[in-house]
Amino acid sequence: MSDQTPSSFGLSPYAKAMGMAIAEIDAGSPVIVMDFAPHAMGRPGYLHGGAIGGVLEMAGYAAIAAELERQGLTMRIKPINVSTEYLRSGLPERIHARGEVVRAGRRVANVRVEAWQSDRERPVACCWINFKLSPKEA
Amino acid sequence: MDQSENSDSGFQRFVKDGGFNPAAWSRRMNFAGHSGFIGMRYRDHGDTWIELEFDWREDLVGDPDTGVLASGPIISLLDNATSMSVWTRTREFRPQVTLDLRVDYTRAAIPGKTIVARAECYQLRRSMAFVRGIAHDGDAADPVAHAAGVFMLVEGQEWFK
Repeated sequence: MSDQTPSSFGLSPYAKAMGMAIAEIDAGSPVIVMDFAPHAMGRPGYLHGGAIGGVLEMAGYAAIAAELERQGLTMRIKPINVSTEYLRSGLPERIHARGEVVRAGRRVANVRVEAWQSDRERPVACCWINFKLSPKEA
Repeated sequence: MDQSENSDSGFQRFVKDGGFNPAAWSRRMNFAGHSGFIGMRYRDHGDTWIELEFDWREDLVGDPDTGVLASGPIISLLDNATSMSVWTRTREFRPQVTLDLRVDYTRAAIPGKTIVARAECYQLRRSMAFVRGIAHDGDAADPVAHAAGVFMLVEGQEWFK
């Protein structure tokens, strides 16, 4: 994808329902964005921790999917576990998240993801995710 | 700060009203916002634990080929349930934020089934609350996810704004 128009191509029904989209590809990893909306609100005036978690996981999935595509591999990708650290309160504004594949092996991939809002240097949350990789059945 | 966000004094009154009634809280808090979108409901509670649930829905699916739920709504349910387990234990609302939450997905949730989270506050300290929980789709002995997390108690003005 070379243009900068957010696209929801390839995102899950849940991600689309939440209003997530791919804003750009940054150094090989898709940047997932989600605008603030009432359906993403936790305590009044703030983003819900679960909604932030959903964006982080989508960005993690997108990062490993993009990496496998570069390697020419077609694999099933399933999250094994995720550990999220909430660093700041999620404000009622757009959130961005980008994953970095730390290691993609044959069976497991480890991805670190960071989410930020107006200032990329001030992350609101980060997580690591382990994904199980398995051959896709035809 | 937007006036509409600032003026929810009904909400502030509600949470400061003394005592914590999990069922009433769920009726008041879980119909709107993200919890309302997921469709979370109160199910049951005891001294230190609470159960919340939501129904499978097509727009909460992660994999359209299989109909398996996305993990996002399960994180949200576990976040809410573990958070509410703290107030269930203290029997009063106290402002807190999620410091961290780890979720292990032990198996895929069966499409069409209601997801139930059972969460417990197992340790309570002056500034931290330690929580754990599971999510299952009918059999609590065969969970779809396990969670462990820490909530940090904060000052009211940080929480409300």
